[in-house]
Amino acid sequence: MNQAQRLIDLMLETLIFSLIVGISVGVAAGYLGSLMVLEKMALVGDALSHVALPGLALGILYGFNPFFGAFAFLFASAVLIWQLGRITKLSFETLVGAVFTLSLAIGILIIPEPELLEALFGDITTVSLMDTIIAIVVSIVAILLTRTIYKGIVLGMISEELAISKGVKVARMNPLYLLLVSMTVAIGIKITGTLLVGFLVVTPAAAAKTISSNLSRYSMLSSIFGGVSAFSGVLLSSYLNLHPGPLVVLAGIVIFFTAVLIRWTKPSSF
Amino acid sequence: MDNPDDYILRVSNLSVTIQDQIILDNINFEVKKGTTLAIMGPNGAGKTVLFRALLNLVPYSGKIEWRDKIKTGYVPQNLSAGDIPISVKEFLSFKDASNIENSLSAVGLDSKNILDKRLGVLSGGQLRRVLIAWAIIDKPDVLLFDEPTTGVDLDSEESIYMMLRDLSKKYGITVIIISHDVHIVTEYSDYMLALNKCMNFFGESKELKNPSLQTIIYGEPVCRHEPSPTVD
Repeated sequence: MNQAQRLIDLMLETLIFSLIVGISVGVAAGYLGSLMVLEKMALVGDALSHVALPGLALGILYGFNPFFGAFAFLFASAVLIWQLGRITKLSFETLVGAVFTLSLAIGILIIPEPELLEALFGDITTVSLMDTIIAIVVSIVAILLTRTIYKGIVLGMISEELAISKGVKVARMNPLYLLLVSMTVAIGIKITGTLLVGFLVVTPAAAAKTISSNLSRYSMLSSIFGGVSAFSGVLLSSYLNLHPGPLVVLAGIVIFFTAVLIRWTKPSSF
Repeated sequence: MDNPDDYILRVSNLSVTIQDQIILDNINFEVKKGTTLAIMGPNGAGKTVLFRALLNLVPYSGKIEWRDKIKTGYVPQNLSAGDIPISVKEFLSFKDASNIENSLSAVGLDSKNILDKRLGVLSGGQLRRVLIAWAIIDKPDVLLFDEPTTGVDLDSEESIYMMLRDLSKKYGITVIIISHDVHIVTEYSDYMLALNKCMNFFGESKELKNPSLQTIIYGEPVCRHEPSPTVD
């Protein structure tokens, strides 16, 4: 009886940790993703997430927290892509496409097979207290720092000349933003896996953009939709005993089509 | 006799080279406080690059001397606000949230009707006015305006220039505009600078009524390192 109770407590604890991680990463990814979608880099956000796989594999192989491996690979790739873009003048999408497939190939080759599914589609049964603390801290830092550069990046999108003439350091903001996206994606991997974490960066923002006429509503809705998608997916995953990643995606898609329906029925409001 | 304090900007021997291509070569002119200078020239003449140099956005050689403590307001030719969900109020508050209503009314827009509108749904004329409101919101001394009537219908065009002239008179703002339109330049500017990589002419805009000057402005580059040609 005691053992059964302990098992239930443990499962409950893991579920609570997973829900907290899910909400944290969902809100942060939704907020940061709102910029990614405006920059028309939605596919970049999606592809960037897969780059984490080799780092994740190294964490599993050498017994350190896979978050750090994932983050290190994401950030190194983001910097590599940035530099290659400056040197070759190739488009960001092209370079991300190349680096993404390379990373996916390396990751699949080196990751132990039993852990491959977890890495690709997420697993809430292994979320620890440390993962939860990291997720909360990283999400808060990512949101707060992004808040400080949000207006500058948007102004740069509207007119780079206006932004520069107002003293906005556009060239410095983009690498910082990519770093923050890398951090957020790295924590999201635990919940949704590398294949689907990009969804959290893209779809909540797409849903929010469909029914927003101003920036503050857009970024707020994007954060809420991200949080709700992740929360619902994790809860369903626990209930149905399935990988959380696909369920987070399904929950988010329901929100997206609801937003499309609202827009369709009241187009003049937005 | 000219008083040095009358001048808000002096440009001497200004040249800009981008990727080994000479974009501007030995440009010299000055702008008096409270006047309007029009910059003319064919496409590719370097007009926008001159603006960028004046705003210190591109590297250049030569001298650009703004009078001390001059505040500039810049209105670009194009915006890419199309599908960005940003309201007029949010856009203007990026610069100064405290003076939005005053600057909108100064450009003839009603705050109540326009503040919550998406930037991307404004008409060409409304967008130009919002951009001017952006530029004057922190009370600049100089307004730099790249092609003021891009994307604006003919009716609104004239009213935008009239508004610029009124703003210039009312607030003592010095205006520097890029324009292609000879009628607008003669009607609404005091001085004009004709560019074609080098400086083809700098002088009073009324001289533009002389047909031989128009040939000089739109003809081949006249790259001479000496004062502007005089016209009979």
